[in-house]
Order: sequence, then structure tokens, then C-alpha cells
Amino acid sequence: MNRVLLAFLITLMTISLSAQDDLMDLLNDSKKEETIFTAATFKSTRIMNGHSIERMPSGQLDFRISHRFGRLNSGAYELFGLDQSNIHFSLEYGITDWLMVGVGRGSYEKTYDGFIKLSAMRQSSGLKNMPVSVSFFSSMAVETVKWSDPERTNYFSSRLSYSSQLLIARKINQAFSIQVSPSYVHRNLVPTELDPNDLWAIGAGGRIKLTKRISLNAEYFYLLNANNEYMSQPVFNPLSVGFDIETGGHVFQLIFTNSLSMIEKGFIGETTGQWTHGDIHFGFNISRVFTLTNRSRHSEAK
Amino acid sequence: MKRLIGLSLLTMLTFSVSAQRYMTKNGFISFFSHTPMEDIKAENNQVAGVIDTSNGEMVFQVLIKSFHFERALMEEHFNENYMESDKYPKAIFKGKITDLKSVDFEKNAEYEVVVEGDISIHDVTKKIAVKGTIEVVTGGLKANTKFIIAPEDFNIKIPAVVRENIAKTVEVTVVMKFDPV
Repeated sequence: MNRVLLAFLITLMTISLSAQDDLMDLLNDSKKEETIFTAATFKSTRIMNGHSIERMPSGQLDFRISHRFGRLNSGAYELFGLDQSNIHFSLEYGITDWLMVGVGRGSYEKTYDGFIKLSAMRQSSGLKNMPVSVSFFSSMAVETVKWSDPERTNYFSSRLSYSSQLLIARKINQAFSIQVSPSYVHRNLVPTELDPNDLWAIGAGGRIKLTKRISLNAEYFYLLNANNEYMSQPVFNPLSVGFDIETGGHVFQLIFTNSLSMIEKGFIGETTGQWTHGDIHFGFNISRVFTLTNRSRHSEAK
Repeated sequence: MKRLIGLSLLTMLTFSVSAQRYMTKNGFISFFSHTPMEDIKAENNQVAGVIDTSNGEMVFQVLIKSFHFERALMEEHFNENYMESDKYPKAIFKGKITDLKSVDFEKNAEYEVVVEGDISIHDVTKKIAVKGTIEVVTGGLKANTKFIIAPEDFNIKIPAVVRENIAKTVEVTVVMKFDPV
């Protein structure tokens, strides 16, 4: 009898003591594990010049205006490059949460460009564990400067170039993200026979958040098959360093880079400046996001 | 024999306790921020909650990442910049109906109640008392409330550039429908 009484008392005590913790346990037990997708690996769809794995979610339009000024080493007469300005603007739209498209125009070689970017895999934890996010990027560019030699037979296809990139990124923690971008550029027409039509490069980039809204970014492309000993114009590996500054619907990217062009074909294949010589261009990207269609409320819950 | 009676009593006790619990995993919480510049609204349909009618205690658990906004960018900023939901993934409320006697859980009707407890958001815990209603329906309970909280109280800093767009206080709406456990 005593034993039963004791057991009874203990049970009573347990119930009264842990009522709320008990309720909490009840909730935790019933909660099924979910897949949590990593968000905001980068603040913008560009790390600096090159694309990041980020894409516009469905129904969001990104209007981007970018400038690269002249070379810092052009001196005070040119106000360290600020007298010259090279512009690129683009409209970029998320068709679905995994597919975005964009069109743009750059003053560099009066180039029109268009791209698609597919988000193939997203970094996640929980039920489904995925260590990296993977996107595929492909673009086409048409330069429209007047033919240098109008006398010869010129083909429209000579103006075209194509770029493809596999973007692989990991958000290591809240502050630090890295990306590797194997890249391929094909130019239909090159100046001489010795210049390669196909260029291969490995890109690497990353960001470190300094505050919640400011991050330090850097990006580098290593050209695998550009040999300056025989190419008509020596080219160098592009290196870009700068800051992302986020203010609500805008992201400002301040950038120092040795490339003038703001599209893949240009900054991967045609970077003629060298950091060591002071051929550095200051520039900025401004991104303004507009919501064109509101998302259906349950789209994420599916 | 006595032992047997004791055991069966215990079993009955345990049974009666569990039968007085009502739970849901898809309760609804939304919040609304109004400024002359902009209205911001977010909704969460995956709120977990449990009520024990024997003592009026209740616990709510809210995954911050389950709040969805009309604009994807807002949702990203909400999680990344304001709530830091990777660090603090959940908001929790633990509380108690203060005037439990005024609710007759046997009789289908709507009762006005005051619930007091601790609310934890963004790693800050505050005492809170809210007025709400509990409606006893056949085979369940419904709970509704609306209250105001200030992001500042929970150490959520709003930078100067967006201070015009985000209200100092936001209205929180809770709509829950509980089923017996």
C-alpha cells in the first residue's frame, strides 16, 4: 500500500511540476522535421561583375544600372577616371523561383545581351541536406559597333558570343559565403587566328558581412587558356573587390576592378587592365527590385 | 488487490489529464505594420499550440521562417536582418488563462479570457497579458486574440533608411483551432 501511495504521489508531483514543459514536449514530439532552405547566400544576383547563385524569386523585377569609370591611374586631369563612364543597364525577371531571365545593354562595344539562369539545387538542412547551391547561367551577347572593315563580307553571326557558367556556392555561416564558377566563353569571331575562340576560366568569389547590411565582396577569374605571348591583345585575370550596401529594396555595390566590361564575355575575355599597374576602374551597380506579381500565400508551404 | 486499484487509479488519472489537452499544428498568426509609406503584412499557417484545459496552461511555438510575405525580398530581410531566424528560429509563448473558472469547457459557447505569460522573440523574453476569446465547439476549441507588440522591445533594430516604412508597433492576430489530443 505504501508503495502504491508513493507511486501515486510521485506521479502527481511529476504532472504538476512539469505541466508546461510537458506541453512543450508534446509540441516538439508532434513536429515533423522540415527541409530548411538556405536564404541570402549573397545579397544580390551578382557577386561583383559575375553572377552569384542568387536569382530573382518569381514575379520580381530587378532593374540594374551599373557604371565603370576610367582608370584610376589616368590621373587628376581625368579626375582619376571619373570623366569617363561606361554604363550597363538591364531588366531581370524571375519567371519562377528557379528560373530567371534578363536583357541588358552596355556601352562597351555597344553590346546587347540576354541571359537565363537556372537554380538547379539549393543548399538546405533538416529533412533534406544539401551542402551547396548550384545554378547554371548562360548568356548571349551581340556587339553592334560599326564594322571595322565594311568592304569585306561581314556576317551578323560574327557579332555574337556566348558564355556559360556553372555556379556552385555555399553559405558557410551567416556572415561568410563562397562560390566557385567554372566558366566558358565562345566568341564567334576573334581578331586573329592566334586568338582562341573558346576561353575557359575558373572563377572564385565570396563575401564577408561586416554588418547586417554591408558586406565585403571579392571575385577573381583565372583564365585557363589565354596565352599573352601570341594573342593580339594581352588579357589579364579579372579581380574585383568591393562592398554591398543594402537599403530596403535597393542594393548598392561599390566596386574596384581591372575590367571595364560588365558582362561575362567582356570581363572574362577582354580584361586588359592590370591591378599592379594601377589600371583600376571604380564603379557601382545599383539594383532596385520591383514586385510585379504578389506571391500566392501558400506557394512556400507546398 | 489494493495495488491493482492504485494502478488503475493512476491510469485513469493519466488518461483524464491527456484528454484535457487540445493541440494544433496549423494555427494562424499574422502581423501587420502600417505607416503612411507602406503596409507590411506577413502570415504564418504553421503555428503549433497546445492548451491544457485542466489548468488553463498553454504553449505556442512559431517558426519564424514560416512567416510569408507578399514580397520575397521583404521575407528575406525579415529573416536575415531583423529576426535573425537562423540564430533564433522560434518564437515561443508560455502562458496561462488567468480566470479559468469563467470558462466551461463542457458547454459550447464563446468566453472572454485574459491570458498571461512569457513571450520569447529574438532571444528576448517579455511578460505579456492579452485579452482574447476561447470558443468551445463540438470536438475542439477555438482561440482568437489580437495584440500589439513593439519590435524595439525585442531588440529588433530598424535602421534609419527604412524607419518611415516600418511601424513602431505591429498588430499581431492569432487564430487557432485546436483538436483534442
